Amino acid sequence: MSLDDQPPGGPSAGADDAPVPAGAASSRAPLRRLRLRVLRYNPREPQVPARFETYELDEADNMTLFLALEEVRDRLDASLAYDFVCRAGICGSCAMLVNGRPRLACRTLTGGLPAEITLAPLPVFELVQDLSVDTGKWMRALGERLHAWLHAQHVEPDLDAIEERMDPDVAEKLYELDRCIECGCCVAACGTAQMRVDFVGGVGLNKIARFHLDPRDTRTDADYYELIGDDDGVFGCLGLMACHDLCPKELPLRTQIAFLRRRMVRAGLSGK
Amino acid sequence: MALAGTNAAAPRPRASRMPARLDLLESGTGLLLALFMLVHTLFAASILLGPEASATMARAFEGYYLFGRSYPAIVGAFTTLIVLMFVVHAVLAMRKAPSGWAAYSRFHGNRGRLAHADTTLWWWQVVTGAVVGLTATIHLYHILANPGGLGPYESAQQVWSGRMWPLYLVLLPAVELHVGIGLYRLAMKWGWFEDDRSTRTRRRLKLAMWGLIGSYVLLGLTALGAYAKLGYEQALDPSTAPAMHAP
Ligand code: HEM
Ligand code: SF4
Ligand code: SF4
Ligand code: FES
Repeated sequence: MSLDDQPPGGPSAGADDAPVPAGAASSRAPLRRLRLRVLRYNPREPQVPARFETYELDEADNMTLFLALEEVRDRLDASLAYDFVCRAGICGSCAMLVNGRPRLACRTLTGGLPAEITLAPLPVFELVQDLSVDTGKWMRALGERLHAWLHAQHVEPDLDAIEERMDPDVAEKLYELDRCIECGCCVAACGTAQMRVDFVGGVGLNKIARFHLDPRDTRTDADYYELIGDDDGVFGCLGLMACHDLCPKELPLRTQIAFLRRRMVRAGLSGK
Repeated sequence: MALAGTNAAAPRPRASRMPARLDLLESGTGLLLALFMLVHTLFAASILLGPEASATMARAFEGYYLFGRSYPAIVGAFTTLIVLMFVVHAVLAMRKAPSGWAAYSRFHGNRGRLAHADTTLWWWQVVTGAVVGLTATIHLYHILANPGGLGPYESAQQVWSGRMWPLYLVLLPAVELHVGIGLYRLAMKWGWFEDDRSTRTRRRLKLAMWGLIGSYVLLGLTALGAYAKLGYEQALDPSTAPAMHAP
């Protein structure tokens, strides 16, 4: 067994540039007839049961799932609901289960997938309709619960002073962790999050790691322990690494979580 | 869950330190048990060097070379210690397994959809843990109930005539899988041997894990075969077994 954790057909997102041509798509393979099987349900119409609907369409060169869904909505079924904003892997609104794995639809090329593609909404989050889920509500509650904002508690801000310089290395690392787009893929992939409703997930632990790293934040390990020192926080994490492997922004979630586990155990042992 | 706009500085009851201690204890007992098991398999495999080597080993455990005579109680005390860690570890680790049908089906729905190697590996950890929990208990009780019974001929007799071999045939692969996966996951959970991106470390540790599991299962099965053979021969002709107890 190897690290088979990138879905076949290449990563859903490499850098922040154009979608990575995946496998056959770039090498001018004959374009196929695609079959999109979409799980559909509208919670406001509970009398209509959840069902799969299949849409057939011709694959186009360098087609993303976003483009395929647009075509379905334009030509085949205007009632299909899904979310998009940026179409460039930045806003985090288009995450869905693609053949069972959470991915960003706008960053996933159909060329890397089999001709039959099954789409379903992300689990864990509140379903809006069809492929659209409310990650925003979940993320907002998470941010509030984890106090995910900069705390410079004992510092009187001096508005005239020149801003403190930050070590470029630290700034670099901060930017790395700040790349999270709150898409929810890590939560949808996490086995723990399926079992524990209040588990903070890779995204939540990454937020704490980000402020922990920030020299402007005055919170101590004991303060962070209050936020993540339980089984809904870092000690709930089983180390399955699905978050790390399926994060479309390729954030180093595993190393961040391991770091927090060490720090929080130390904080837990030193406190009474 | 904190309400919107809660002031972080407002006094709240302090979070319990217990989850931190339990997490460390779970991993710590797992690590010690795993290291013990690695050595245990090697000692058991000393039968492959012949019954004499194995008998020397057994006498050493009973303190013969240290005190000039055998104290089976040493084995008993050590086994008690292992049993203690075993119980603590099992109780703590079982907290993590899905409890109830809802959690079980949600976990498995996710595992099936994802087809993600390390998620599946964790599931094997849970299953092998349960198998070890059942079968090793029988094995440990046996050791505790027969403190003088350490030695190649005694073990061989137990394996064959005592019909312990089917039990060991189940216990052995389960334990080696549990140990191998457990050590790999410990390294991942706690961030041992990390490099920058860590992908390489992970790939190498994964390889090391399979190597360890493979070689230990092989070694263990070979040793089990040797015990069974010896026990079989003893059963056919009891005179082949020398005096039951070390000098
Ligand atoms: C010889 C006996 C055993 C050894 C050497 C052993 C070793 C280990 C190790 C090294 C780990 C990784 C620790 C961690 O992830 O924190 C582990 C985890 C685990 N063990 Fe064991 N174990 C043994 C017996 C058992 C038993 C009897 C059970 C249950 C009945 C069990 C269930 C588990 C479970 C469910 C985990 C996963 C826990 C998690 O992911 O947090 N183990 N074990
Ligand atoms: S950590 Fe990755 S997968 Fe999780 S929300 Fe952020 S970008 Fe998405
Ligand atoms: S490493 Fe932890 S947070 Fe990430 S998927 Fe696994 S259990 Fe969830
Ligand atoms: S539409 Fe913004 S990330 Fe896909």
